[in-house]
Amino acid sequence: MPQILVQDLAKTYRVAERDPGMFGAVRGLVRRRWRTVEALKDVSFSLERGELLGFIGPNGAGKSTTIKILSGILRPDGGRVEIEGLVPYADRIKHVARIGVVFGQRTQLWWDLPVIDGFDLLRDIYRVDPQRYRTTRDELVAMLRLEKLLDQPVRQLSLGQRMRAEIAAALLHEPSILFLDEPTIGLDAPSKLAVREFVKKLNQERGVTVLLTTHDMHDIEALAQRVIVIGHGRVLADSPFEALRANVLAERRLFVDFAGAAPVLDLPGVEVRNRDGRALELAFNPQITSAPALIAAITARHAVEDIHVEQPAIEEVIARFYDLHGANEA
Amino acid sequence: MNALALLGRYFAASMRSQMQYPASAIMLTLGQLGSTAIEIVSIWALFDRFGAVKGWAFGEVMFFYALIGISFSFADFLTRGFDVFGSDFVRTGAFDRLLLRPRSAALQLVGHDFRISRFGRFFQASIILAIATGMLGFVWTPQAVLLALWTIAGGIAFFSALFVLQAVMAFWTVESLEAVNALTYGGVYAGQFPLSLYARWFRTFLIFIVPLACVAYFPVLAILGRSDPLGAPDWFLPLAPAAGFLFLALAFLAWRFGVSKYTSTGS
Repeated sequence: MPQILVQDLAKTYRVAERDPGMFGAVRGLVRRRWRTVEALKDVSFSLERGELLGFIGPNGAGKSTTIKILSGILRPDGGRVEIEGLVPYADRIKHVARIGVVFGQRTQLWWDLPVIDGFDLLRDIYRVDPQRYRTTRDELVAMLRLEKLLDQPVRQLSLGQRMRAEIAAALLHEPSILFLDEPTIGLDAPSKLAVREFVKKLNQERGVTVLLTTHDMHDIEALAQRVIVIGHGRVLADSPFEALRANVLAERRLFVDFAGAAPVLDLPGVEVRNRDGRALELAFNPQITSAPALIAAITARHAVEDIHVEQPAIEEVIARFYDLHGANEA
Repeated sequence: MNALALLGRYFAASMRSQMQYPASAIMLTLGQLGSTAIEIVSIWALFDRFGAVKGWAFGEVMFFYALIGISFSFADFLTRGFDVFGSDFVRTGAFDRLLLRPRSAALQLVGHDFRISRFGRFFQASIILAIATGMLGFVWTPQAVLLALWTIAGGIAFFSALFVLQAVMAFWTVESLEAVNALTYGGVYAGQFPLSLYARWFRTFLIFIVPLACVAYFPVLAILGRSDPLGAPDWFLPLAPAAGFLFLALAFLAWRFGVSKYTSTGS
Protein backbone atom coordinates (compact mmCIF):
# COMPACT_ATOMS: atom_id res chain seq x y z
CA MET A 1 0.00 0.00 0.00
CA PRO A 2 1.61 3.28 -1.06
CA GLN A 3 1.69 6.14 1.44
CA ILE A 4 -0.10 8.48 -0.95
CA LEU A 5 -2.59 7.11 -3.44
CA VAL A 6 -4.28 9.37 -5.98
CA GLN A 7 -6.77 7.92 -8.45
CA ASP A 8 -8.66 9.57 -11.30
CA LEU A 9 -8.82 12.93 -9.59
CA ALA A 10 -11.18 15.42 -11.24
CA LYS A 11 -12.13 18.93 -10.25
CA THR A 12 -14.18 21.53 -12.08
CA TYR A 13 -14.56 25.09 -10.88
CA ARG A 14 -17.36 27.44 -11.65
CA VAL A 15 -15.88 30.87 -11.95
CA ALA A 16 -18.17 33.86 -11.63
CA GLU A 17 -17.69 36.38 -14.38
CA ARG A 18 -18.15 39.84 -13.09
CA ASP A 19 -18.93 43.00 -14.87
CA PRO A 20 -16.67 45.86 -13.95
CA GLY A 21 -17.72 48.75 -11.76
CA MET A 22 -20.20 49.28 -8.94
CA PHE A 23 -23.21 48.32 -11.02
CA GLY A 24 -21.52 45.12 -12.13
CA ALA A 25 -20.77 44.16 -8.52
CA VAL A 26 -24.39 44.67 -7.50
CA ARG A 27 -25.74 42.77 -10.48
CA GLY A 28 -23.21 40.03 -9.80
CA LEU A 29 -24.93 39.40 -6.46
CA VAL A 30 -28.30 38.85 -8.05
CA ARG A 31 -27.46 37.04 -11.23
CA ARG A 32 -24.10 35.66 -12.13
CA ARG A 33 -22.70 34.38 -15.33
CA TRP A 34 -20.60 31.30 -14.81
CA ARG A 35 -17.72 29.89 -16.70
CA THR A 36 -16.55 26.36 -15.95
CA VAL A 37 -12.88 25.58 -15.68
CA GLU A 38 -11.72 21.98 -15.67
CA ALA A 39 -8.74 22.27 -13.34
CA LEU A 40 -8.19 18.52 -13.08
CA LYS A 41 -9.45 15.99 -15.57
CA ASP A 42 -7.75 12.77 -14.68
CA VAL A 43 -4.81 12.73 -12.28
CA SER A 44 -3.47 9.48 -10.88
CA PHE A 45 -0.20 8.67 -9.17
CA SER A 46 1.11 7.08 -6.02
CA LEU A 47 3.98 7.76 -3.69
CA GLU A 48 5.88 5.41 -1.42
CA ARG A 49 7.13 6.43 2.00
CA GLY A 50 10.41 8.35 1.77
CA GLU A 51 10.10 9.44 -1.86
CA LEU A 52 10.99 12.93 -3.00
CA LEU A 53 8.74 13.98 -5.83
CA GLY A 54 9.00 17.08 -7.97
CA PHE A 55 5.64 18.28 -9.17
CA ILE A 56 5.91 20.66 -12.09
CA GLY A 57 3.78 22.22 -14.78
CA PRO A 58 2.98 25.61 -16.25
CA ASN A 59 0.75 28.06 -14.40
CA GLY A 60 -2.85 26.94 -14.43
CA ALA A 61 -1.95 23.31 -15.08
CA GLY A 62 -3.59 22.02 -11.90
CA LYS A 63 -0.62 21.83 -9.53
CA SER A 64 -2.06 23.88 -6.72
CA THR A 65 -5.51 22.28 -7.07
CA THR A 66 -3.87 18.89 -6.60
CA ILE A 67 -1.87 20.10 -3.59
CA LYS A 68 -5.01 21.59 -2.04
CA ILE A 69 -6.89 18.32 -2.43
CA LEU A 70 -3.98 16.29 -1.05
CA SER A 71 -3.72 18.57 1.95
CA GLY A 72 -7.42 18.26 2.76
CA ILE A 73 -8.63 21.79 2.12
CA LEU A 74 -10.39 21.09 -1.15
CA ARG A 75 -12.88 18.39 -2.10
CA PRO A 76 -12.52 16.82 -5.56
CA ASP A 77 -15.54 16.20 -7.81
CA GLY A 78 -14.34 12.78 -8.81
CA GLY A 79 -11.66 10.25 -7.99
CA ARG A 80 -10.12 9.15 -4.76
CA VAL A 81 -7.24 10.15 -2.51
CA GLU A 82 -5.93 8.11 0.36
CA ILE A 83 -2.98 9.22 2.45
CA GLU A 84 -1.81 6.88 5.20
CA GLY A 85 -5.25 5.33 5.18
CA LEU A 86 -7.14 8.63 5.52
CA VAL A 87 -9.19 10.55 2.97
CA PRO A 88 -7.77 14.07 3.47
CA TYR A 89 -10.89 16.16 2.80
CA ALA A 90 -13.17 13.80 4.73
CA ASP A 91 -10.93 13.65 7.79
CA ARG A 92 -9.28 17.04 7.62
CA ILE A 93 -8.32 17.58 11.26
CA LYS A 94 -6.76 14.13 11.68
CA HIS A 95 -5.02 14.36 8.32
CA VAL A 96 -3.47 17.82 8.69
CA ALA A 97 -1.93 16.82 12.03
CA ARG A 98 0.26 14.39 10.08
CA ILE A 99 1.44 16.64 7.27
CA GLY A 100 3.54 19.76 7.05
CA VAL A 101 2.87 22.42 4.43
CA VAL A 102 5.07 25.33 3.38
CA PHE A 103 3.73 27.94 0.98
CA GLY A 104 6.57 30.01 -0.45
CA GLN A 105 4.40 33.08 -0.79
CA ARG A 106 2.39 32.92 2.42
CA THR A 107 3.52 33.00 5.98
CA GLN A 108 2.26 30.78 8.72
CA LEU A 109 4.12 32.63 11.44
CA TRP A 110 2.81 35.58 13.41
CA TRP A 111 4.09 38.83 11.95
CA ASP A 112 4.48 40.81 15.15
CA LEU A 113 5.66 37.95 17.36
CA PRO A 114 9.21 36.72 17.91
CA VAL A 115 9.87 33.50 15.98
CA ILE A 116 10.10 31.47 19.17
CA ASP A 117 6.64 32.61 20.33
CA GLY A 118 5.14 31.49 17.04
CA PHE A 119 6.80 28.11 17.45
CA ASP A 120 5.36 27.80 20.97
CA LEU A 121 1.90 28.66 19.69
CA LEU A 122 2.19 25.97 17.00
CA ARG A 123 3.19 23.48 19.70
CA ASP A 124 -0.12 24.20 21.44
CA ILE A 125 -2.17 24.22 18.24
CA TYR A 126 -0.75 20.83 17.18
CA ARG A 127 -0.88 19.41 20.72
CA VAL A 128 2.81 18.46 20.63
CA ASP A 129 4.14 16.97 23.85
CA PRO A 130 6.31 19.72 25.47
CA GLN A 131 9.29 17.40 26.06
CA ARG A 132 9.21 16.12 22.52
CA TYR A 133 8.67 19.64 21.20
CA ARG A 134 11.85 20.92 22.85
CA THR A 135 13.93 18.17 21.27
CA THR A 136 12.46 18.63 17.79
CA ARG A 137 12.66 22.40 17.96
CA ASP A 138 16.29 22.42 19.07
CA GLU A 139 17.23 20.04 16.26
CA LEU A 140 15.46 22.13 13.66
CA VAL A 141 16.96 25.34 15.02
CA ALA A 142 20.44 23.84 14.75
CA MET A 143 19.92 22.37 11.28
CA LEU A 144 18.42 25.56 9.86
CA ARG A 145 20.74 27.87 11.83
CA LEU A 146 17.96 29.82 13.46
CA GLU A 147 19.66 30.46 16.82
CA LYS A 148 20.08 34.17 16.33
CA LEU A 149 16.66 34.71 14.80
CA LEU A 150 14.52 33.18 17.53
CA ASP A 151 13.98 36.37 19.49
CA GLN A 152 13.30 38.60 16.50
CA PRO A 153 9.78 39.48 15.40
CA VAL A 154 8.99 37.76 12.09
CA ARG A 155 8.44 41.08 10.30
CA GLN A 156 12.13 41.93 10.84
CA LEU A 157 13.45 38.81 9.10
CA SER A 158 14.79 38.79 5.55
CA LEU A 159 12.94 36.59 3.08
CA GLY A 160 15.61 33.89 3.27
CA GLN A 161 15.63 33.93 7.08
CA ARG A 162 11.86 33.82 7.12
CA MET A 163 11.71 30.85 4.77
CA ARG A 164 14.06 28.90 7.05
CA ALA A 165 11.82 29.75 9.99
CA GLU A 166 8.72 28.75 7.98
CA ILE A 167 10.20 25.36 7.18
CA ALA A 168 11.03 24.75 10.83
CA ALA A 169 7.48 25.82 11.77
CA ALA A 170 6.01 23.25 9.37
CA LEU A 171 8.04 20.45 10.94
CA LEU A 172 7.60 21.06 14.68
CA HIS A 173 4.89 18.38 14.88
CA GLU A 174 7.14 15.86 13.09
CA PRO A 175 4.95 15.23 10.05
CA SER A 176 5.72 12.17 7.93
CA ILE A 177 4.85 14.07 4.75
CA LEU A 178 5.96 17.54 3.72
CA PHE A 179 4.33 19.59 0.95
CA LEU A 180 6.56 22.37 -0.32
CA ASP A 181 4.88 24.86 -2.62
CA GLU A 182 7.54 26.99 -4.35
CA PRO A 183 9.81 27.09 -1.31
CA THR A 184 12.63 28.93 -3.04
CA ILE A 185 10.63 31.64 -4.78
CA GLY A 186 12.30 35.02 -4.43
CA LEU A 187 15.22 33.73 -2.38
CA ASP A 188 18.85 34.75 -2.93
CA ALA A 189 21.34 32.07 -4.03
CA PRO A 190 22.76 31.12 -0.61
CA SER A 191 19.25 30.82 0.86
CA LYS A 192 18.14 28.62 -2.02
CA LEU A 193 21.11 26.35 -1.47
CA ALA A 194 20.43 26.19 2.27
CA VAL A 195 16.79 25.26 1.69
CA ARG A 196 17.66 22.57 -0.86
CA GLU A 197 20.35 21.10 1.34
CA PHE A 198 17.98 20.94 4.28
CA VAL A 199 15.15 19.33 2.31
CA LYS A 200 17.54 16.71 0.97
CA LYS A 201 18.79 15.91 4.44
CA LEU A 202 15.27 15.72 5.84
CA ASN A 203 14.29 13.28 3.13
CA GLN A 204 17.39 11.11 3.28
CA GLU A 205 18.05 11.05 7.02
CA ARG A 206 14.53 11.26 8.43
CA GLY A 207 12.70 9.48 5.63
CA VAL A 208 10.15 12.29 5.36
CA THR A 209 8.18 12.03 2.11
CA VAL A 210 8.46 15.29 0.20
CA LEU A 211 6.22 16.62 -2.53
CA LEU A 212 7.71 19.71 -4.09
CA THR A 213 6.15 22.11 -6.57
CA THR A 214 8.40 24.69 -8.12
CA HIS A 215 9.12 26.75 -11.19
CA ASP A 216 12.83 26.75 -10.39
CA MET A 217 14.20 23.79 -12.29
CA HIS A 218 17.37 23.87 -10.23
CA ASP A 219 15.25 22.76 -7.27
CA ILE A 220 14.19 19.77 -9.34
CA GLU A 221 17.73 19.07 -10.50
CA ALA A 222 19.11 19.25 -6.97
CA LEU A 223 16.36 17.33 -5.24
CA ALA A 224 13.85 15.28 -7.13
CA GLN A 225 14.46 11.64 -7.95
CA ARG A 226 11.14 11.52 -9.69
CA VAL A 227 9.23 14.17 -11.60
CA ILE A 228 5.56 14.44 -12.41
CA VAL A 229 4.67 16.91 -15.14
CA ILE A 230 1.10 18.08 -15.07
CA GLY A 231 -0.66 20.02 -17.81
CA HIS A 232 -4.26 20.55 -18.87
CA GLY A 233 -5.37 18.76 -15.73
CA ARG A 234 -3.62 15.51 -16.61
CA VAL A 235 -0.37 13.77 -15.76
CA LEU A 236 1.78 14.24 -18.86
CA ALA A 237 4.83 12.44 -17.55
CA ASP A 238 5.82 10.54 -14.44
CA SER A 239 9.41 9.38 -14.51
CA PRO A 240 12.93 10.06 -13.26
CA PHE A 241 14.10 13.36 -14.68
CA GLU A 242 16.89 11.76 -16.73
CA ALA A 243 14.37 9.55 -18.51
CA LEU A 244 12.33 12.64 -19.32
CA ARG A 245 15.42 14.31 -20.74
CA ALA A 246 16.24 11.28 -22.90
CA ASN A 247 12.72 11.25 -24.33
CA VAL A 248 12.37 14.92 -24.97
CA LEU A 249 15.69 16.51 -25.67
CA ALA A 250 18.44 13.95 -25.81
CA GLU A 251 20.80 16.19 -27.80
CA ARG A 252 24.12 17.45 -26.43
CA ARG A 253 25.85 20.68 -27.28
CA LEU A 254 29.49 21.00 -28.27
CA PHE A 255 31.14 24.42 -27.89
CA VAL A 256 34.34 24.83 -29.89
CA ASP A 257 36.74 27.82 -30.02
CA PHE A 258 38.95 27.53 -33.10
CA ALA A 259 42.42 29.03 -33.45
CA GLY A 260 41.37 30.72 -36.69
CA ALA A 261 38.01 31.58 -38.23
CA ALA A 262 35.40 28.91 -37.58
CA PRO A 263 35.38 26.48 -40.52
CA VAL A 264 32.36 25.18 -42.40
CA LEU A 265 31.71 21.72 -40.99
CA ASP A 266 29.83 18.95 -42.70
CA LEU A 267 29.47 16.07 -40.27
CA PRO A 268 26.58 13.62 -40.37
CA GLY A 269 24.03 14.07 -37.54
CA VAL A 270 25.60 17.33 -36.40
CA GLU A 271 23.83 20.64 -36.64
CA VAL A 272 25.42 24.08 -36.36
CA ARG A 273 23.38 26.09 -33.92
CA ASN A 274 25.42 29.20 -33.58
CA ARG A 275 28.41 30.77 -35.28
CA ASP A 276 30.28 33.70 -33.79
CA GLY A 277 33.72 34.59 -35.22
CA ARG A 278 35.98 31.82 -34.10
CA ALA A 279 33.36 30.04 -31.98
CA LEU A 280 30.84 27.40 -33.01
CA GLU A 281 27.96 25.83 -31.12
CA LEU A 282 27.06 22.38 -32.42
CA ALA A 283 24.15 20.13 -31.51
CA PHE A 284 24.45 16.36 -31.85
CA ASN A 285 22.60 13.27 -30.85
CA PRO A 286 24.84 11.16 -28.56
CA GLN A 287 23.08 7.99 -29.66
CA ILE A 288 24.27 8.56 -33.26
CA THR A 289 27.59 10.34 -32.74
CA SER A 290 29.52 9.92 -29.50
CA ALA A 291 31.13 13.04 -28.06
CA PRO A 292 34.74 11.64 -28.18
CA ALA A 293 34.31 10.63 -31.84
CA LEU A 294 32.99 14.05 -32.76
CA ILE A 295 35.77 15.86 -30.90
CA ALA A 296 38.36 13.62 -32.53
CA ALA A 297 36.94 14.31 -35.99
CA ILE A 298 37.09 18.08 -35.45
CA THR A 299 40.51 18.28 -33.78
CA ALA A 300 42.01 16.03 -36.50
CA ARG A 301 41.22 18.61 -39.17
CA HIS A 302 41.26 21.97 -37.38
CA ALA A 303 43.33 23.81 -34.82
CA VAL A 304 41.19 24.13 -31.70
CA GLU A 305 41.79 26.35 -28.64
CA ASP A 306 39.04 25.23 -26.34
CA ILE A 307 36.23 22.70 -26.38
CA HIS A 308 33.47 21.61 -24.00
CA VAL A 309 30.26 19.57 -24.02
CA GLU A 310 27.01 20.60 -22.35
CA GLN A 311 23.60 19.12 -21.82
CA PRO A 312 20.65 21.37 -22.51
CA ALA A 313 19.64 23.20 -19.32
CA ILE A 314 16.76 21.66 -17.45
CA GLU A 315 14.58 24.70 -18.19
CA GLU A 316 15.04 24.02 -21.86
CA VAL A 317 14.10 20.37 -21.50
CA ILE A 318 10.93 21.27 -19.65
CA ALA A 319 10.06 24.08 -22.04
CA ARG A 320 10.46 21.67 -24.95
CA PHE A 321 8.30 19.15 -23.12
CA TYR A 322 5.55 21.72 -22.58
CA ASP A 323 5.76 22.65 -26.26
CA LEU A 324 5.47 19.05 -27.39
CA HIS A 325 2.34 18.61 -25.29
CA GLY A 326 0.85 21.99 -26.04
CA ALA A 327 0.81 22.50 -22.30
CA ASN A 328 1.71 26.15 -22.51
CA GLU A 329 -1.65 27.16 -23.85
CA ALA A 330 -3.25 26.35 -20.49
CA MET B 1 -4.31 21.15 25.08
CA ASN B 2 -8.02 21.87 25.15
CA ALA B 3 -9.69 24.65 23.19
CA LEU B 4 -10.08 27.01 26.13
CA ALA B 5 -6.44 26.73 27.18
CA LEU B 6 -5.42 27.30 23.57
CA LEU B 7 -7.53 30.45 23.45
CA GLY B 8 -5.63 31.58 26.54
CA ARG B 9 -2.35 31.13 24.62
CA TYR B 10 -3.73 33.00 21.64
CA PHE B 11 -4.86 35.78 23.95
CA ALA B 12 -1.41 36.09 25.52
CA ALA B 13 0.23 36.11 22.09
CA SER B 14 -2.13 38.81 20.84
CA MET B 15 -1.43 41.00 23.90
CA ARG B 16 2.30 40.57 23.39
CA SER B 17 2.16 41.56 19.75
CA GLN B 18 0.07 44.67 20.51
CA MET B 19 2.48 45.58 23.28
CA GLN B 20 5.14 45.90 20.59
CA TYR B 21 3.49 49.25 19.99
CA PRO B 22 2.18 50.29 23.43
CA ALA B 23 1.62 53.93 22.53
CA SER B 24 -0.50 52.93 19.56
CA ALA B 25 -2.63 50.58 21.69
CA ILE B 26 -3.28 53.33 24.26
CA MET B 27 -4.10 55.95 21.64
CA LEU B 28 -6.53 53.62 19.86
CA THR B 29 -8.26 52.84 23.15
CA LEU B 30 -8.62 56.52 23.99
CA GLY B 31 -9.83 57.15 20.45
CA GLN B 32 -12.61 54.58 20.85
CA LEU B 33 -13.56 56.13 24.17
CA GLY B 34 -13.67 59.60 22.64
CA SER B 35 -15.55 58.75 19.46
CA THR B 36 -18.24 56.82 21.32
CA ALA B 37 -18.55 59.60 23.90
CA ILE B 38 -19.82 61.84 21.12
CA GLU B 39 -22.77 59.49 20.51
CA ILE B 40 -24.11 59.99 24.01
CA VAL B 41 -23.82 63.74 23.60
CA SER B 42 -26.11 63.56 20.57
CA ILE B 43 -28.69 61.55 22.50
CA TRP B 44 -28.43 64.02 25.37
CA ALA B 45 -29.04 66.92 22.98
CA LEU B 46 -32.25 65.22 21.83
CA PHE B 47 -33.58 64.71 25.33
CA ASP B 48 -32.44 68.11 26.53
CA ARG B 49 -34.71 69.65 23.92
CA PHE B 50 -37.77 67.42 24.30
CA GLY B 51 -37.49 66.33 27.97
CA ALA B 52 -38.84 62.81 27.85
CA VAL B 53 -39.62 60.96 24.61
CA LYS B 54 -42.78 58.83 24.67
CA GLY B 55 -42.50 58.38 28.41
CA TRP B 56 -38.81 57.44 28.41
CA ALA B 57 -36.45 59.55 30.52
CA PHE B 58 -32.88 60.31 29.46
CA GLY B 59 -31.53 58.20 32.33
CA GLU B 60 -33.44 55.15 31.10
CA VAL B 61 -32.22 55.55 27.55
CA MET B 62 -28.66 55.82 28.90
CA PHE B 63 -29.26 52.46 30.55
CA PHE B 64 -30.09 50.86 27.19
CA TYR B 65 -27.14 52.59 25.62
CA ALA B 66 -24.67 51.44 28.28
CA LEU B 67 -25.65 47.76 28.30
CA ILE B 68 -25.59 47.57 24.51
CA GLY B 69 -22.21 49.29 24.47
CA ILE B 70 -20.76 46.84 27.00
CA SER B 71 -22.11 43.82 25.07
CA PHE B 72 -20.85 45.14 21.76
CA SER B 73 -17.38 45.94 23.05
CA PHE B 74 -16.90 42.37 24.29
CA ALA B 75 -18.28 40.84 21.09
CA ASP B 76 -16.04 43.09 19.02
CA PHE B 77 -13.10 42.07 21.22
CA LEU B 78 -13.78 38.34 20.82
CA THR B 79 -14.71 38.15 17.14
CA ARG B 80 -12.19 40.40 15.47
CA GLY B 81 -11.05 37.45 13.32
CA PHE B 82 -14.58 37.13 11.90
CA ASP B 83 -14.80 40.88 11.37
CA VAL B 84 -11.72 40.91 9.12
CA PHE B 85 -12.41 37.46 7.65
CA GLY B 86 -13.34 38.62 4.15
CA SER B 87 -10.48 41.04 3.68
CA ASP B 88 -7.70 39.30 5.62
CA PHE B 89 -8.52 35.62 5.13
CA VAL B 90 -10.66 34.91 2.07
CA ARG B 91 -9.25 37.52 -0.25
CA THR B 92 -5.63 36.77 0.68
CA GLY B 93 -6.01 32.99 0.80
CA ALA B 94 -4.89 32.96 4.44
CA PHE B 95 -7.98 30.90 5.27
CA ASP B 96 -6.22 27.90 3.69
CA ARG B 97 -3.59 28.23 6.36
CA LEU B 98 -6.23 27.87 9.08
CA LEU B 99 -7.66 24.79 7.38
CA LEU B 100 -4.17 23.27 7.30
CA ARG B 101 -4.05 23.18 11.09
CA PRO B 102 -5.65 20.46 13.19
CA ARG B 103 -8.14 22.76 14.93
CA SER B 104 -11.53 24.12 14.03
CA ALA B 105 -11.33 27.19 11.84
CA ALA B 106 -13.77 29.08 14.08
CA LEU B 107 -11.56 28.54 17.13
CA GLN B 108 -8.54 29.84 15.26
CA LEU B 109 -10.47 32.89 14.09
CA VAL B 110 -11.51 33.75 17.63
CA GLY B 111 -7.86 33.40 18.60
CA HIS B 112 -6.67 35.46 15.64
CA ASP B 113 -6.72 38.79 17.40
CA PHE B 114 -8.00 40.40 20.57
CA ARG B 115 -7.99 44.18 20.14
CA ILE B 116 -7.18 46.02 23.36
CA SER B 117 -8.65 49.21 21.93
CA ARG B 118 -12.16 47.72 22.14
CA PHE B 119 -12.03 48.47 25.85
CA GLY B 120 -12.34 52.14 24.99
CA ARG B 121 -16.01 51.56 24.29
CA PHE B 122 -16.31 49.36 27.36
CA PHE B 123 -14.96 52.09 29.65
CA GLN B 124 -17.19 54.70 28.06
CA ALA B 125 -20.29 52.50 28.42
CA SER B 126 -19.40 51.68 32.02
CA ILE B 127 -19.14 55.38 32.87
CA ILE B 128 -22.54 56.00 31.24
CA LEU B 129 -24.02 53.15 33.26
CA ALA B 130 -22.69 54.71 36.48
CA ILE B 131 -24.14 58.12 35.54
CA ALA B 132 -27.50 56.57 34.57
CA THR B 133 -27.60 54.72 37.90
CA GLY B 134 -27.13 58.05 39.69
CA MET B 135 -29.68 59.92 37.58
CA LEU B 136 -32.38 57.30 38.11
CA GLY B 137 -31.47 56.69 41.75
CA PHE B 138 -31.31 53.03 40.71
CA VAL B 139 -30.47 50.48 43.39
CA TRP B 140 -28.36 47.50 42.21
CA THR B 141 -29.90 44.56 44.02
CA PRO B 142 -28.11 41.19 43.56
CA GLN B 143 -31.03 40.19 41.35
CA ALA B 144 -30.54 43.24 39.10
CA VAL B 145 -26.80 42.56 38.86
CA LEU B 146 -27.41 38.96 37.79
CA LEU B 147 -30.00 40.04 35.28
CA ALA B 148 -27.62 42.65 33.85
CA LEU B 149 -24.83 40.06 33.48
CA TRP B 150 -27.26 37.68 31.76
CA THR B 151 -28.35 40.49 29.45
CA ILE B 152 -24.74 41.33 28.60
CA ALA B 153 -23.99 37.65 27.93
CA GLY B 154 -26.95 37.43 25.57
CA GLY B 155 -25.84 40.66 23.91
CA ILE B 156 -22.29 39.36 23.41
CA ALA B 157 -23.75 36.23 21.78
CA PHE B 158 -26.03 38.37 19.61
CA PHE B 159 -23.33 40.71 18.30
CA SER B 160 -20.86 37.84 17.89
CA ALA B 161 -23.48 36.15 15.73
CA LEU B 162 -23.65 39.24 13.52
CA PHE B 163 -19.88 39.19 13.05
CA VAL B 164 -20.00 35.46 12.26
CA LEU B 165 -22.75 36.09 9.70
CA GLN B 166 -20.67 38.85 8.18
CA ALA B 167 -17.82 36.34 7.81
CA VAL B 168 -20.21 33.80 6.25
CA MET B 169 -21.16 36.38 3.62
CA ALA B 170 -17.50 36.55 2.64
CA PHE B 171 -17.68 32.99 1.33
CA TRP B 172 -19.96 34.29 -1.41
CA THR B 173 -18.74 37.81 -1.92
CA VAL B 174 -16.05 39.99 -0.45
CA GLU B 175 -17.48 43.05 -2.12
CA SER B 176 -20.71 43.64 -0.26
CA LEU B 177 -19.60 43.35 3.34
CA GLU B 178 -20.69 46.90 4.01
CA ALA B 179 -24.25 45.54 4.01
CA VAL B 180 -23.59 43.51 7.15
CA ASN B 181 -21.66 46.35 8.70
CA ALA B 182 -24.91 48.26 8.54
CA LEU B 183 -26.41 45.51 10.71
CA THR B 184 -23.64 45.43 13.31
CA TYR B 185 -23.03 49.13 13.76
CA GLY B 186 -26.63 49.99 12.92
CA GLY B 187 -27.63 47.45 15.55
CA VAL B 188 -25.60 49.18 18.20
CA TYR B 189 -27.30 52.43 17.31
CA ALA B 190 -30.82 51.00 17.07
CA GLY B 191 -30.42 49.20 20.39
CA GLN B 192 -29.67 52.43 22.17
CA PHE B 193 -33.29 53.50 21.97
CA PRO B 194 -36.34 51.82 23.52
CA LEU B 195 -38.13 49.53 21.09
CA SER B 196 -41.48 51.27 21.58
CA LEU B 197 -40.13 54.29 19.71
CA TYR B 198 -39.92 52.33 16.45
CA ALA B 199 -42.47 51.58 13.74
CA ARG B 200 -44.27 48.25 13.93
CA TRP B 201 -42.48 46.49 11.02
CA PHE B 202 -39.10 47.50 12.42
CA ARG B 203 -40.07 46.22 15.88
CA THR B 204 -41.02 42.88 14.36
CA PHE B 205 -37.67 42.79 12.55
CA LEU B 206 -35.76 43.51 15.77
CA ILE B 207 -37.61 40.80 17.72
CA PHE B 208 -37.94 37.92 15.31
CA ILE B 209 -35.40 38.34 12.49
CA VAL B 210 -32.40 40.00 14.07
CA PRO B 211 -33.36 39.65 17.73
CA LEU B 212 -31.67 42.76 19.05
CA ALA B 213 -34.66 43.69 21.20
CA CYS B 214 -34.31 40.40 23.07
CA VAL B 215 -30.82 41.29 24.32
CA ALA B 216 -31.50 44.96 24.99
CA TYR B 217 -35.04 46.30 25.26
CA PHE B 218 -36.87 43.41 27.01
CA PRO B 219 -34.29 42.49 29.65
CA VAL B 220 -33.54 46.14 30.44
CA LEU B 221 -37.24 46.64 31.16
CA ALA B 222 -36.95 43.77 33.61
CA ILE B 223 -33.87 45.33 35.23
CA LEU B 224 -35.60 48.70 35.54
CA GLY B 225 -38.71 46.99 36.90
CA ARG B 226 -40.98 48.40 34.20
CA SER B 227 -43.63 46.61 32.23
CA ASP B 228 -43.55 46.62 28.47
CA PRO B 229 -45.75 49.42 27.13
CA LEU B 230 -46.16 47.26 24.02
CA GLY B 231 -47.63 44.44 26.05
CA ALA B 232 -44.99 41.70 26.17
CA PRO B 233 -45.74 39.56 29.26
CA ASP B 234 -43.59 40.30 32.35
CA TRP B 235 -42.38 36.69 32.66
CA PHE B 236 -40.90 36.85 29.17
CA LEU B 237 -38.72 39.92 29.76
CA PRO B 238 -35.88 38.29 31.77
CA LEU B 239 -35.85 35.21 29.52
CA ALA B 240 -35.44 37.15 26.30
CA PRO B 241 -31.57 37.19 26.18
CA ALA B 242 -31.64 33.44 25.43
CA ALA B 243 -32.57 34.50 21.90
CA GLY B 244 -29.02 35.88 21.54
CA PHE B 245 -27.60 32.39 22.06
CA LEU B 246 -30.10 30.85 19.69
CA PHE B 247 -29.10 33.44 17.09
CA LEU B 248 -25.42 32.58 17.64
CA ALA B 249 -26.14 28.86 17.21
CA LEU B 250 -27.89 29.59 13.90
CA ALA B 251 -24.98 31.79 12.81
CA PHE B 252 -22.56 28.90 13.42
CA LEU B 253 -24.78 26.57 11.40
CA ALA B 254 -24.52 29.05 8.55
CA TRP B 255 -20.76 29.21 9.18
CA ARG B 256 -20.41 25.44 8.80
CA PHE B 257 -22.36 25.58 5.59
CA GLY B 258 -20.06 28.35 4.36
CA VAL B 259 -16.91 26.39 5.22
CA SER B 260 -18.18 23.32 3.38
CA LYS B 261 -18.99 25.53 0.39
CA TYR B 262 -15.44 26.90 0.55
CA THR B 263 -13.85 23.45 0.63
CA SER B 264 -15.87 22.36 -2.37
CA THR B 265 -15.17 25.42 -4.52
CA GLY B 266 -11.87 26.65 -3.14
CA SER B 267 -12.95 30.25 -3.16
